[in-house]
Amino acid sequence: MNPFYLALRLLRRDWRAGELRLLTSALVIAVASVTSVGFFTDRIERAMARQATEVLAADLHIESNRPIEETLSLEAKRRQLKLATTVSFPSVILSHDKTQLVQVKAVSEGYPLRGQVEVRDQINQQSHVTNALPKAGEAWLEERLLPLLGLNIGDTFKLGKSRLKVTRIITYEPDRSANLFQLAPRVMIHHTELAATGLLGPASRARYYLLLAGIASQISSYSSWVALQDIQGIQVQDIRSARPEVRSALDQGGRFLRLAAATAILLCVVAVALSSQRFVERQSDTSALLRCLGAQRRQVTQIFVIRLLSLGLIASVVGGLLGLAAQSILVALVGHWFTQQIPSPSAWPLLSGLATGVLVLIGFSLPAILRLAGVPPLRVFRRHLGAPPISYRFYLAAALLSLSILLVWQIGDDKLAFQLIGGLLAGLILLLLISQGLVHLLTPLRSQAAGSWRYGLASLSRNPMTTSVQLSGFGLGMTVLLILALVRIDLLANWRSTLPENSPNQFLINIQPDQVEGVRHLLEQGGITSVKLYPMMRGRLISIDGKPISTKDYPSPRAQRLATRDFNLSQASHIQADNKITAGHWWTESDWEKPWFSVEKGLAETLGIPLGASLEFEIAGQRISGRVENLRSVKWDSFNVNFFVVGTPGLMRDQPSTYITSFYLPNEKRKVLHRLIQTYPSITALDVTALMQQVRSIMDRGALAVESVFLFTLAAGLIVLYAGIQASHELRVQETAILRTLGLKRRQLIVSIALEFALLGGLAGVISATLATIIGYTLSTSVFNLPWSFNPSLWILALGGGSIGIGIAGTLASWSLFSTPPMTVLRRV
Amino acid sequence: MLQTSSNQLPVTASGLEKFVETSQGRLVILQQINLEVASGEALAILGASGSGKSTLLGLLAGLDNASAGEVRLFGTSLSGLDEDGRAALRAGQIGFVFQSFQLLSGMTALENVMLPLELAGHKAPEQAAREALSQAGLAQRLTHYPTQLSGGEQQRVALARAFAPSPKVLFADEPTANLDAHTGEKVAELLFNLQEQNNTVLVLVTHDETLAQRCDRRLYLRDGCLESEA
Repeated sequence: MNPFYLALRLLRRDWRAGELRLLTSALVIAVASVTSVGFFTDRIERAMARQATEVLAADLHIESNRPIEETLSLEAKRRQLKLATTVSFPSVILSHDKTQLVQVKAVSEGYPLRGQVEVRDQINQQSHVTNALPKAGEAWLEERLLPLLGLNIGDTFKLGKSRLKVTRIITYEPDRSANLFQLAPRVMIHHTELAATGLLGPASRARYYLLLAGIASQISSYSSWVALQDIQGIQVQDIRSARPEVRSALDQGGRFLRLAAATAILLCVVAVALSSQRFVERQSDTSALLRCLGAQRRQVTQIFVIRLLSLGLIASVVGGLLGLAAQSILVALVGHWFTQQIPSPSAWPLLSGLATGVLVLIGFSLPAILRLAGVPPLRVFRRHLGAPPISYRFYLAAALLSLSILLVWQIGDDKLAFQLIGGLLAGLILLLLISQGLVHLLTPLRSQAAGSWRYGLASLSRNPMTTSVQLSGFGLGMTVLLILALVRIDLLANWRSTLPENSPNQFLINIQPDQVEGVRHLLEQGGITSVKLYPMMRGRLISIDGKPISTKDYPSPRAQRLATRDFNLSQASHIQADNKITAGHWWTESDWEKPWFSVEKGLAETLGIPLGASLEFEIAGQRISGRVENLRSVKWDSFNVNFFVVGTPGLMRDQPSTYITSFYLPNEKRKVLHRLIQTYPSITALDVTALMQQVRSIMDRGALAVESVFLFTLAAGLIVLYAGIQASHELRVQETAILRTLGLKRRQLIVSIALEFALLGGLAGVISATLATIIGYTLSTSVFNLPWSFNPSLWILALGGGSIGIGIAGTLASWSLFSTPPMTVLRRV
Repeated sequence: MLQTSSNQLPVTASGLEKFVETSQGRLVILQQINLEVASGEALAILGASGSGKSTLLGLLAGLDNASAGEVRLFGTSLSGLDEDGRAALRAGQIGFVFQSFQLLSGMTALENVMLPLELAGHKAPEQAAREALSQAGLAQRLTHYPTQLSGGEQQRVALARAFAPSPKVLFADEPTANLDAHTGEKVAELLFNLQEQNNTVLVLVTHDETLAQRCDRRLYLRDGCLESEA
């Protein structure tokens, strides 16, 4: 006998007879949802990342305080990357005897490689996108420079040795936000104009940038190549190391999408586990007969395993193709939200879909299927003899192993994956315990109930194991659906609310101490009240615990950059409302004079600063030192003013400082800003509306993507519920036929089955609402760092939806029992 | 014709016992069963419902383990074999016919008959199955599923399946009990014809005296013991 051949023949026959349809449907839908989630998230994530690269105006940039070595650009050209260069430096421009400190940016052809520049041709016109650059002899100026210097479009001014004509007002440049706090008003000129200005001497404070763009693999291989060259004095930045608020929004979006994919997997395994149980029940006769006819245990195992894996492979391919088709519809639906074309699908999600299908079968179906070889051949005489009882340890080990591989792989976040597995396990144990308890509770009720109620109750307590499995299936399916609802409604809303409409969109920096009151007064006059101004000093970290800082101690470029750059430090008596202490304690009034620091958690991790470490800073030539009293987490995407390091008032009081503030400026109150700049020309006003728009658009698109992806998970959830309903179908068939033969009216039978499913659904609803609340709380507080609130509607939805939905669905799915003549049913069994 | 030395006998049982331990003590189903079935013989084992007929059949076919005693098939003791060893002994050599037909509902009549042939490694299972069904008068019903066949037809498919691999021994468990008298008679006719043509040993358990009369020998199972006369 060739087991492979026989297995395939059996598979074909089973398929024709509908034996495997539930298992296959569960697998196809599951793989389709995993694959479509995979394709879709892969493409959307890449589109989102590409959109976010606008913050750098490139996919990658190399920054140096010397002209960038030619080898770097030659290599980039050799690798066929797109490149452009920019040079940025502070200088003074002169017009009508007025001078103004500005930040000059000279850009080469090709700039920007990602994103677009927006300009205004005249002061009162709308801004528009341009692909042009300032020509030789021309300059584009930021709007606020015009009133400061009394300039108009068409006027000229002096920059170094050059006289330049103002031809446009620059309103948006994509990479501007990358160095938010070092900006004087912008003057943009063409790269070729640089030499003529004569401003780039050896002592100039220019920063040179080489911008690069290309496909992700090329960029990453180029980036690795650059790292190998060990060139001193250059910093390589990609989107991941750029602005923290954009990175944070992007990471959060990615996490939501991966969570959506994970829920699809969870549903997949529940559906497959349930339908495998049913498959084992239905195939026990085949196994017994095969053994009876002389097949050996090994052969029976081979036949079922080959059958299962072939089925898995076929279902996975079908599911994968379905996923591919589904995601293209999705992408077409949301494509217009993106400014650029969404990258085409890669083969990876298809492969991972196939692997997922096979892994799910191995973890959740194989242990059950292996039992089939153990069905005693004597079953041919004694039908009650079934497959040997399951080895729970073996089942659990296989399930946990495959689930761990699947989730860690799919989510790419160990913590989130294991939290989900932990939640699932805890839920399963809870479900099994509750369902066992329920069966015990129901048994005495049977004698007191009458008619349909008694049959309904009897059905539930008739087979405790089936009821437990069914309840677990319903419970898990509903839990995942409720988590979807939670994530979709609560978490997304909470995420969006971290950046409410009235988030600060204006920063004022470089406010001198004697201007603080004046600024506050002017703002209040303009209707901007309760603005907080924070003292800020620039300082460099000299040593940690007496050990001088050296870039050699830090392997990561981000740590090296942080170790050598000036920090913005501040002093505070009280902790900022949106900061949270993660270690140590904030200081009380009695501690204000003590030499203590509070350090942002991420910075502490990057630079290896432990709680209690002694830090030494150099601020304007003076050295101060103090102990790290606490570590804080900071919400960088809140757009509030925040500092990496904050000192006690006593420690920082005598340090030379300027002040900084951020506030929300509604459009109709913009006049106050003009007045402020005119009154205090030395203050720099920064408008971050465009950057906020960028962060918001990432959040909105992320939310839309998650919502779309959840439609698939919803479909998978429904198949799980269907599998749950089918789990008790076999037992019901014979029983209802006998009851009907004995004269039970069709209506009574329908009512009893509806009651049974409604009871099951209601119980599963309560359990799943409990579980979903616990999991939702954990996800909100420890994974997404979002506030959590109790949601009573979830309980009403779960209880009502569970009993009504499963009651109706279960009754409808059992309809064939009511409509088929009992004789036909009895002849079949 | 029936004389042969005991070590070559197709089926023998000696001191065979089956009991189960229950909370009320030991429940004896079969005790001290001694039996020899010779080549080509048709043996009927008669008994009332619950007398242990099917249990005895299961033990003789190696589908179940005896509590004591020994069964030998073709001279090989089953007690020395594990389940796989017993299955290997059955493959192609032992056929079964059941009261409830035991056809696989997902397979057509032809596919059901092909199954033991495939398991026995037959070179042309489909051809052999067609012939067997044709012999059973079901040449027109090859592609029908069991639910599309009448009870009598289902049992004829089961007979075709049992005889297709030309087994040396056929165990039949109440093969006509689920059929009406007329259909039962036709099925019995087919059973004994095929048995004779193939010179197959037939071990038939039944409560039907008329059916048992067609066998070469009849044994009665009472209170777990085998007796030769009514």
